[in-house]
Amino acid sequence: MNSSKTNTLLLCEHCGDTCQNQYVTLRNMVFCCEGCKSVYQILNDYNLCAYYDLNSHPGIKQTNPIRKEKFAFLDNPEIAKKLIQFTDGSRTHVTFYLPQIHCSSCLWLLEHIHRVNPGITSSRVNFTNKEVFIIFDPLVISMRGVVELLTHIGYEPHLSMEDVSRSQLRLIDRTRWYKIGLAGFCFANIMMMSFPEYFSDGATLEPLIKKTLTIIILILSIPVITYCASEFFINAWNGLKNKYLNIDAPIALAILITFGRSLYEIITATGSGYLDSMSGIVFFMLIGRWLQDKTYQTISFDRDYRSFFPIAVNVLKDNNIQSVPVDQVKINDIILIHHQELIPVDAILSKGHAEVDYSFVTGESLPVHVNKGEIVYAGGKQTGSIIELLVVKEVSQSYLTNLWNQENSSKNTSARHSFIDVMGNYFTYIILAIGVVAGGYWLWQGETHLMWNALTTILIVACPCALLLSASFTRGNILRILSLNKFYLKNANVIESLSHIGTIVFDKTGTLTENHKTNVSYAGMFLSPTLKTRIASVLHHSNHPLSKVVLQYLDTPPMSHIESFKITEHQGIEAWVDEHHLKIGSQEFVGGLMPHNGKSNVAVSIDSQPIGVFHITNTYRQGVFDLFKSLKRKYTLSLISGDNNNEETRLREKMGNDCVLLFEQSPHDKLEYIRYLQDSKKEKVLMIGDGLNDAGALRESHIGIAVCDDENNFTPAADGIIHASKIALMDNILEYIKSGKKIILLSFAISIAYNIIGLFFAVQGTLSPIIAAILMPCSSISIILITFGLSQLYARKYKLVRREM
Amino acid sequence: MSAIILLLLVSFGIAAVFLVGFLWSVRDGQFDDDYAPPRRILFEDKEERTNE
Repeated sequence: MNSSKTNTLLLCEHCGDTCQNQYVTLRNMVFCCEGCKSVYQILNDYNLCAYYDLNSHPGIKQTNPIRKEKFAFLDNPEIAKKLIQFTDGSRTHVTFYLPQIHCSSCLWLLEHIHRVNPGITSSRVNFTNKEVFIIFDPLVISMRGVVELLTHIGYEPHLSMEDVSRSQLRLIDRTRWYKIGLAGFCFANIMMMSFPEYFSDGATLEPLIKKTLTIIILILSIPVITYCASEFFINAWNGLKNKYLNIDAPIALAILITFGRSLYEIITATGSGYLDSMSGIVFFMLIGRWLQDKTYQTISFDRDYRSFFPIAVNVLKDNNIQSVPVDQVKINDIILIHHQELIPVDAILSKGHAEVDYSFVTGESLPVHVNKGEIVYAGGKQTGSIIELLVVKEVSQSYLTNLWNQENSSKNTSARHSFIDVMGNYFTYIILAIGVVAGGYWLWQGETHLMWNALTTILIVACPCALLLSASFTRGNILRILSLNKFYLKNANVIESLSHIGTIVFDKTGTLTENHKTNVSYAGMFLSPTLKTRIASVLHHSNHPLSKVVLQYLDTPPMSHIESFKITEHQGIEAWVDEHHLKIGSQEFVGGLMPHNGKSNVAVSIDSQPIGVFHITNTYRQGVFDLFKSLKRKYTLSLISGDNNNEETRLREKMGNDCVLLFEQSPHDKLEYIRYLQDSKKEKVLMIGDGLNDAGALRESHIGIAVCDDENNFTPAADGIIHASKIALMDNILEYIKSGKKIILLSFAISIAYNIIGLFFAVQGTLSPIIAAILMPCSSISIILITFGLSQLYARKYKLVRREM
Repeated sequence: MSAIILLLLVSFGIAAVFLVGFLWSVRDGQFDDDYAPPRRILFEDKEERTNE
């Protein structure tokens, strides 16, 4: 281990992290930790170093060393069986979800792991789903062996309760592809067969040809309306059942009327119908929908607590350790939890030293010390040595599960009416009104035939499809550009809602601050090297998380010999070092007059003389304060935190005086606050948070966005997920989303202009069919191009895409 | 004029062949993952290589 500081920036050969003051070397290469080095060594031993040639620093940082017995539960055939898809004794098929997959190096390495162990017959990566499909010989390598092999090379499979409880065969939905293919085929052929009619220019076609063509067109249009367009009808019907006209209702109506009118014209031989434009609309709409859906392939928005619970826990039975599936853990079982493992059930600490990190449940960043006989709650993570727990509640009854279910049931079920839906509705009503007026006029004139003609023509020509088309293409492209910026939205309607936001509520810990990263500052007397060594020596004997933070800050080896070491729980520590009495801990414990602001302070005194205080503050994510500066001009900002109020003055200064800062809020308080803003103040609230403690607030708010350090980590169900590194872009993103509305309105205006011109000529009978047939797809395509181009242009303006794109 | 109908059916048949080809490739899973296959084909199978 080398701890000398160098001026040049050293990057870890494996993961590309900067190696600060601790690094290890191998030959002439530098690694940030032993974990990264050992992965490199394995790959080198098996000639797999092409991994490092394909991309620079492709590795995943090996932060936590993996416990040797971690995957022992896979030796339990009952548990292993749940993961196996197929086996015939010599070939076993299994699919693992590896959230670490991120580049072509990963792809290459995972498809060459058979070199490491010949027991693996083949491995195939599905990059989009981040899955690897492995066939192995169970006689050569066990399931546990495969998982351990993957873990050793840095790809620890995500094994959770959800994996074993869901059905093994996950079917990939390919129906949209079938629909697009079929609709495209039918549309193109119908267009081609309609041409003779258009080009005949008044002169009548030979009856035989005309008849054949219309029959083929009719046959081709049947799969379009029955299969390809089925989702529009289903959605519209579901909306109608809930007494609500949704975006699909007008399009379903337009398709039905166009088809009915065309059928009537063909049967009565009065015309050739509009089947070409009908199938064209269905085809373009399907492409628009596909663009919108593309984002959610890689990210799952509806993960629940089971997806981060372990599959099995170690249960102590008659002095034997057994792996038991989590859902079979009974009350009064004794379970063993190791360092960095999640506690799956509510239990009482019976043995060991527990430092439980509840950041996931409460948002509090520092681990909590738990005494023997006290209860630990599910969802906490043990940091420290192995502990024994006595189970008091089963998984399905635990605090976390209840919290989750309670928040699930309080979910706001009222449908959000987006601007497109509302506008589409108005449009439908207006068109229907015009149709009825025109039809009524002809009925009054006694021309029943002309009445039907007028009614249907107006509906067909002024179909709201242009609006829907521009909306779905604009939103599809916006979603795509946002996902390039690691901001993923649950569905396209969220874009709409985001542009109406008036209040933004932030969570603090984990959202604005970085997880597990603290900033230490010192105020007081000068710390001489001897003094530093003495303080470090005392702190070295304490397991308190704050001691560790300060110890890291001091960066001094604990060299002095200490005597009479004494811990006062929740207060501090004291000891004699080199004939001096040192007291380290809270202000009350240490004594002396020193500024008191909050509890994350460590005071130090020597021989009852106070010498200084270490202030421990959170590190804020980069760009957060600039974000506040630009956001506070446009929105009302609030902050609700489960943490203490140490940082109030600092945040007040940055967020402005009129913003509401609330501290020490329980998950329920947060939910209530959001509810108060929305119900009493009628605000449209955007909640940005992380962790389960915000889950209620995220659901309750108009729009909830979860912040995460890794898109594949567990995030509470939310309307959107943003990568933590991109939170500073929030202002640009909101502005960009607002411009999306402008684009839709503009393209809608253009399509109305097309329609008015078309109607004007059509009414006078001066529009030749050939021009009409060319204009129709042209207007659709030009609208698609306009929406696409404009959304790309705005993305550049808000720096969301790079220039070279 | 029946030649036109014949031509029509031939062109229609060719288009249908492409449609069947497309549906087949979708069924085969070629559209499930758009990242891995174009990169997989570029990997060289150098069996012996160490970073000394």
